[in-house]
Amino acid sequence: MSVNSASHSKTQSIARAGTYTLLIIFSAVFFFPFLWLVSTSVKPDSQIMVMPPKWIPNPFMWSNYSKGLTFVPFLSYLRNTLIICSANVVGVLISCPLVAYGLSVIPWKGRDVLFYVILSTMMLPFQVVMVPLFAIFTKLGWIDTFLPLTVPAFLGNAFFIFLLRQFFMTIPKDLLDAAKIDGCSDFQTYRQVVLPLAKPVLATVALFTFMGAWNDFLGPLIYLFNQDKYTLSMGLAMFSSQYGSYWGMLMAVSTVVTVPIIVLFFFTQRTFIQGITLTGIKG
Amino acid sequence: MSNQKRRESVEGYLFAAPLLVGLVFFSVIPMIASLVISFCRYDIFTPPKFIGAANYTDLFHDPLFWQSLKVTAIYSVVGVPLGLTLGLAVAILMNQKLRGIAVFRTIYYLPAVVSGVAVSLLWVWIFDPSYGLGNVVLRGLGLPPSQWLSAPSTSLLSLIIMSLWGVGGGMVIYLAGLQSVPQHLHEAASLDGANVWQRFRHVTLPMLSPVIFYNLIMGIIGSFQVFTQAFVMTNGGPVNSTLFYVLYLFRQAFNYYRMGYASAMAWVLFAIILLLTLLVFRSSAMWVYYEGERKGNG
Repeated sequence: MSVNSASHSKTQSIARAGTYTLLIIFSAVFFFPFLWLVSTSVKPDSQIMVMPPKWIPNPFMWSNYSKGLTFVPFLSYLRNTLIICSANVVGVLISCPLVAYGLSVIPWKGRDVLFYVILSTMMLPFQVVMVPLFAIFTKLGWIDTFLPLTVPAFLGNAFFIFLLRQFFMTIPKDLLDAAKIDGCSDFQTYRQVVLPLAKPVLATVALFTFMGAWNDFLGPLIYLFNQDKYTLSMGLAMFSSQYGSYWGMLMAVSTVVTVPIIVLFFFTQRTFIQGITLTGIKG
Repeated sequence: MSNQKRRESVEGYLFAAPLLVGLVFFSVIPMIASLVISFCRYDIFTPPKFIGAANYTDLFHDPLFWQSLKVTAIYSVVGVPLGLTLGLAVAILMNQKLRGIAVFRTIYYLPAVVSGVAVSLLWVWIFDPSYGLGNVVLRGLGLPPSQWLSAPSTSLLSLIIMSLWGVGGGMVIYLAGLQSVPQHLHEAASLDGANVWQRFRHVTLPMLSPVIFYNLIMGIIGSFQVFTQAFVMTNGGPVNSTLFYVLYLFRQAFNYYRMGYASAMAWVLFAIILLLTLLVFRSSAMWVYYEGERKGNG
């Protein structure tokens, strides 16, 4: 038995070393583009166009950042993006759990039909409604405002409603009945029992919404025209079409746009991955 | 109807009210309008004019429509299976109790988190034929340099390579699936003399098939909606070699203001996605294994 387990642990440690090697090789592949991004962002022009490349520039060209960020009204882009992102997060957090609760806990006529309608709208590509929405928003005078990019969030998002409903279905019925017996109305049960339980899922929903709005490009591209209204992704795209060959500056601005998301991810990783594993849905 | 039931119905509707409004204004009305517009000539500024099925018949004679369909199909057929396989491979590597595994998980997942314009620009620079990282790597491997995005023969492939960088999203889902495969199944298979490959083939793969199925459907839908990369990185070029379907649709709508034509394209897209999803669903009976109402413990 002891001999057997000794040889067993030997093959195990060889397997472990092999796994580590593969994991590290993969990590390098996944991580190098980020290094390339940051490295280019602090390079002087003369060291960008060199082959083979220098990973650590000399001197560090921090002015790529100050120049890049003042070339364009970066702060105004950032402000616009943050306004849109937070409006979306607030809107989704108000509407989606409410609707999901109505679709999972309260029994009512037509509930399941409505649920299937939502599922089918998840299949509907945005491109199908893109043109009529543009026409509707034009008629409403909403073009070149943030309204088309924020108001829909307050009216629910099929994807997140689905996600939350699946979670609400797992809440034990006894718990809800107990609240009822204690005299809670449906809305009180929702606020005092269901919402606190759903915190981790709500955090996931908030994160995905924030990141989706931060990275969104097609929406702002369609609805925003005036440069004052541009989001970061719009501003960045325009910046690159004008100064496409200034890689140092371009990568500096790209770094600034990417880093907040990375930092956010680092701090919320647990919530994030828990949310995904809980629901089987990726960002 | 009892009082209780009626009250619950009213409450149900109240809870669902935002959604009902949203559905009507942002889905139902636009959907019907889109279908109507697809049978019209419409430029937003003048009222739509009914032209029958002309937009649809025009599509069939439009070589760029076929080109965009071809580009998207190749991207999907090559990229999705590659992404599924790579994601699974990485997930299996990750599914071991090793020290520091959380660090690896973070590194692999990170590219899936950052996306959009900034990442597209980064990859344009990586694919730079003269000074980009891509050719540094090729040179390191002793391979000839590539033109990447600048040549029609390699541009689409370059975008597929870029998409593989984001497999971390699928990986995390596989990982959850892998962790819910009961250990006793592996042990039973081992006792019966199954080797590593046999255990993977006959235990892991069947147990994981619902997750693979999910990732496959999401992958197909995602690949048919590629836009930002194509718009920012290549704008469809060179010589339309990366003219993705949605990019062409966007041009028709917002560059040429041919809203009717764009709507017809959107409905064809919807039909294709629906058809593919149905096909995958139909075939799923043959290869997806559901073990009752088993609950994963994540």
